[in-house]
Amino acid sequence: MVSALHLLWLVPLFPLAGAAFALVARPSKRVITIVAPGAILLAFLWSAASVWQLAALPSRSVELLLGTWLPNIGADWGLFLDPLSSIMILTVTGIAFLVHVYSVGYMAHDDGFVRYFGYLNLFVFFMLLLVLANNYGLLFAGWEGVGLASYLLIGFDYRRSGAAGAGMKAFVVNRAGDAGLLLGLLLLWSVAGTVRFAEANAAIAHLGSGAGIITAIAILFFVGAAGKSAQFPLHVWLPDAMEGPAPVSALIHAATMVTAGVYLLARAHLLFDLSPYASSTIAAIGAFTAIFAATIALVQTDIKRILAYSTVSQLGYMFLALGTGAWWVAVFHLFTHAFFKALLFLGAGSVIHALHGEQDIRKMGALKNALPITHWTMFVGAVALSGIPGLAGFFSKDAILAQAFNSGATLLYVTGLVTTGLTAFYMWRLMHLTFYGEPCVELPAVHESPKTMTIPLIALAVGSSLAGWVGVPKGWNAPAVFRWFELWLHPEGGGASRAAGMEWILTGISVAVALIGISIARYFYGHKGGVPHTFAQLVRPLQGVLEEEWYVDSIYNRVFVHAFARGGGRFLNAFDTRVIDRGVNAAGAATRLSGQVSAWWDRWVIDGFVGVFAYSFKLASYPVRLLQTGQVQTYALFIAVGVVAFVSFLAFVR
Amino acid sequence: MREHLLSLTLFLPLAGLLVLLLMQGAQVRAIRVWALAVSLATFLVSLVVLSRFSSTATGFQLVERAPWIPTLGVQYAIGVDGISMLLVLLTTVICPIALLASWNVTTNVKAFHALFLLIETATLGVFLSLDGFLFYLFFDLVLIPMYFVIALWGGPRRLHAALKFFLYTLCGSVLMLLGLIGLYFAHIRQFGFPSFEITELMKLTLPLATQQWIFWALFAGFAIKIPMFPFHTWLPDAHVEAPTAGSVVLASLLLKLGTYGFLRFSLPLVPQASSDLTVVRILLTLSIIGILYGALVSLMQREWKRLIAYSSVSHMGFCTLGIFALNPIGLAGSVLQQVNHGISTGLLFLLAGMMYDRRGAREISAYGGLAASMPRFAFIFGVAVFSSAGLPLLNGFVGEFAVLQGAFEVSRTWAAFGVVGLVLAAAYLLWLYQRTMLGPITHEENRNLPDLTTRETFVLLPLVALAFGIGLYPKPLFDMVQKPVAELVERVHHK
Repeated sequence: MVSALHLLWLVPLFPLAGAAFALVARPSKRVITIVAPGAILLAFLWSAASVWQLAALPSRSVELLLGTWLPNIGADWGLFLDPLSSIMILTVTGIAFLVHVYSVGYMAHDDGFVRYFGYLNLFVFFMLLLVLANNYGLLFAGWEGVGLASYLLIGFDYRRSGAAGAGMKAFVVNRAGDAGLLLGLLLLWSVAGTVRFAEANAAIAHLGSGAGIITAIAILFFVGAAGKSAQFPLHVWLPDAMEGPAPVSALIHAATMVTAGVYLLARAHLLFDLSPYASSTIAAIGAFTAIFAATIALVQTDIKRILAYSTVSQLGYMFLALGTGAWWVAVFHLFTHAFFKALLFLGAGSVIHALHGEQDIRKMGALKNALPITHWTMFVGAVALSGIPGLAGFFSKDAILAQAFNSGATLLYVTGLVTTGLTAFYMWRLMHLTFYGEPCVELPAVHESPKTMTIPLIALAVGSSLAGWVGVPKGWNAPAVFRWFELWLHPEGGGASRAAGMEWILTGISVAVALIGISIARYFYGHKGGVPHTFAQLVRPLQGVLEEEWYVDSIYNRVFVHAFARGGGRFLNAFDTRVIDRGVNAAGAATRLSGQVSAWWDRWVIDGFVGVFAYSFKLASYPVRLLQTGQVQTYALFIAVGVVAFVSFLAFVR
Repeated sequence: MREHLLSLTLFLPLAGLLVLLLMQGAQVRAIRVWALAVSLATFLVSLVVLSRFSSTATGFQLVERAPWIPTLGVQYAIGVDGISMLLVLLTTVICPIALLASWNVTTNVKAFHALFLLIETATLGVFLSLDGFLFYLFFDLVLIPMYFVIALWGGPRRLHAALKFFLYTLCGSVLMLLGLIGLYFAHIRQFGFPSFEITELMKLTLPLATQQWIFWALFAGFAIKIPMFPFHTWLPDAHVEAPTAGSVVLASLLLKLGTYGFLRFSLPLVPQASSDLTVVRILLTLSIIGILYGALVSLMQREWKRLIAYSSVSHMGFCTLGIFALNPIGLAGSVLQQVNHGISTGLLFLLAGMMYDRRGAREISAYGGLAASMPRFAFIFGVAVFSSAGLPLLNGFVGEFAVLQGAFEVSRTWAAFGVVGLVLAAAYLLWLYQRTMLGPITHEENRNLPDLTTRETFVLLPLVALAFGIGLYPKPLFDMVQKPVAELVERVHHK
């Protein structure tokens, strides 16, 4: 039997081949419908086989060297599979397959169908490269590559300026984060001499705890992660990225790419283990981002924008977990979130699809019966996200809150807890305005989406229900299989250990907060009256601020786009033409002027002097010229006279 | 034949030029085909050179030497090392591409192609010369055909641009000549016989003060050519006015003459001055300013070619940043960046030229939404943009990253500024892409523009292939420059 592990490179190769086929060979719609999802399915199956074999290995890790890439930094074409990357490849290929299937229906009428699948396959390739790289250099290549794919897919409908602009914004903001990661890479390289995981980790471990340089690398890595995973203050690109088609948002901007930052920091967790300062920084920023984004999600009216801010908020939870040192808990939330958030986005896509592009939840309502499968699957997703016991989100979010509580930073815990309430509220606000209440459209005209779309929804709903059961709390004393996730990722144990009683209390509190959030949403939107008038009046100013998304975008626009880039560019451009170039031209003009002066001098003074000199010769030559008669006879006479004179001289004088 | 392989490479275009002069001016097609064939033959010969070239040998290889003006000690001495090998290959690749791209030149076809072949020989001469005088000769010889290419086939303000380009760079090269003559006389004083040969001049031991004035004299020639900030303003004018092939050769090849000059003359011949702390600081500062300044000014350009010209200032800043990091990785990165800039910017100018052929408009605002009417063009333009923006797995990243590594070893702050340049590069390039290719079609005349023709595709594909090839597997390039770079570092730091 061929060892799947030895051919691990096939995992990224399948989607790459699919992408090349779609983009270069430009096949027909029918062919690509089979090939593109097929490539991802193959990648998924190969991943599963590889992980199966990996689990049987005592070392539980495999490294594959394929060739040289950047010899100067130890960044080679090398793959690395360990429990962490195995979770990632399974999540990525699994969700990607479902999204591909869904896209067959969702994009059926788009004239860029083939191009779309080419880009989508390309994304999966780069994402797999990112999580399978055996060094930070190749990881960075995948990192920028997913940025490229994201750029292409956000701007997929490039004829709309909004889509094109959002793509560019995403890429440039990500680049700003990448600048941090790149510097982090350089710093790591200057310490370790290589960026290969194994050697780099050894060098970091050698430096030991508390080294300033470790904190510096960790913070720089975090800057990169914040860009990719849309953490404050680099979150601004993600809501705009919703310009892309809904399945793209589900795969790239919810389930996988945006979690690359979490993967990076989990991969580099040694840095954070050794730098308490860096850890508390990311915990604080994570918690802040979680609540900050959740507040914005409360008032948004675009269904995808709500989910986008929800994603930012949930990613904040993951960074909070990373900051408390429980990287495996962060990865657990990454894993469960991938299911329910992909589900919610695909569900939203199904709604948008049914309403022919309508995204404003105020113009929806009572769609429950018209879109039964979409409704029920989204219902599952909403319950999972809200943290209701039994579904995926509950387990992972509760684990994070428990970590925060145990870390002793009460503020972090309370922030996370309040965010739970906000999350439940905005999610049920969305559900009510979309599926319940009064209809806003002609309901008979609304039809449920085709099977290629609903089957992935059902699959993800099943996933959202079950995914959490591999990580039940320790205090439940469940069999090992229910704690498989942590045992697989982090068999050493550690992290939050607490009395079972405390655990139940914490769970009770967070569930209570979630239920309060849901109840308020139901009270506000579940009956005809809507939001109570007095309350609405009271929060109007705050609502304005939230609707403007805390003005972050407008501030950035002013400072970076207008002041720095445009203003600076315009100023320097003027400086360039008015000062530097004018200086050069002035030098040229001065040279020409001095040329004219010398020409004048030359003509009237030098040449004049020469002229006078020449004239004096002319004058002096006058007598001589008299002799030049031009007559041969005269010359003959002179010669004769001369000869006579000469001969006489010889004869008589000597 | 074997021992004259480099001479063959060098003079093949010139020989082709002589034959071309015998052809009738009206035989437009024959002239084009002949010139292309000659430049392709030169490329093939350069591949033979490559096959004879060894990455592991030290010093110059395939050296040819003959006395030329014995009384002055001027020699015809040519040879290659890893650095010049790469630049020779870049030249022989770019020239046929630029010629094929000039298929639509219809006025004075014979003169155009003749001048072009002269440019190729002169450029190759600069990279191959091992004698200072010969180097100077070729260095200035390039100017003459280039002047005429801009002045005769250029845009509306071509005379102004051509004259500015010619005089400005000539001023620099005269000062450079002064530096070379200084070395020459120092050599007579120390060894009693005249020589311009690099290996001879390397034996000199000069006091720092002498080295310094020679350094700055050479600097004048090289910095203007590259061009480094603040000597760059001839470049946008020349690029905007030059015909497509002129822009391509100017950006891809002629700018490299300056950086090559630093590597071949400044560093090895006046090593102490080149590594003097003040000098290095000034050069690094100018490089960083060039990177950021070029990028910011690019952001604000309204004309397609002018934007690319300023982006060249930014990208060439990386080249000098790598050189004056004065460490192996920075220098290697600089050479790679020179090659990569030749490929990426060559592509960008070729594409801008093809667009200009179709629409005749230079302003970016005349375009928009072209991806709909010209998908193949948009695809290759996308590759060029991301290659220029330094996306990993494409060529641009490889050199820039190595340069940043080199700079990082010297100063983290400088490297950080360089990284900011990368962020800005993404901004101005993607914005250019967005304004030209994406969004709705804003001008009716853009709606039915023809996509790339077969000829145009053939013009672009080799560079696209190189962009991917170098990006995915840059090791051979690193191997080639490793020895000469190590020698340079050795020389600069242990002299």
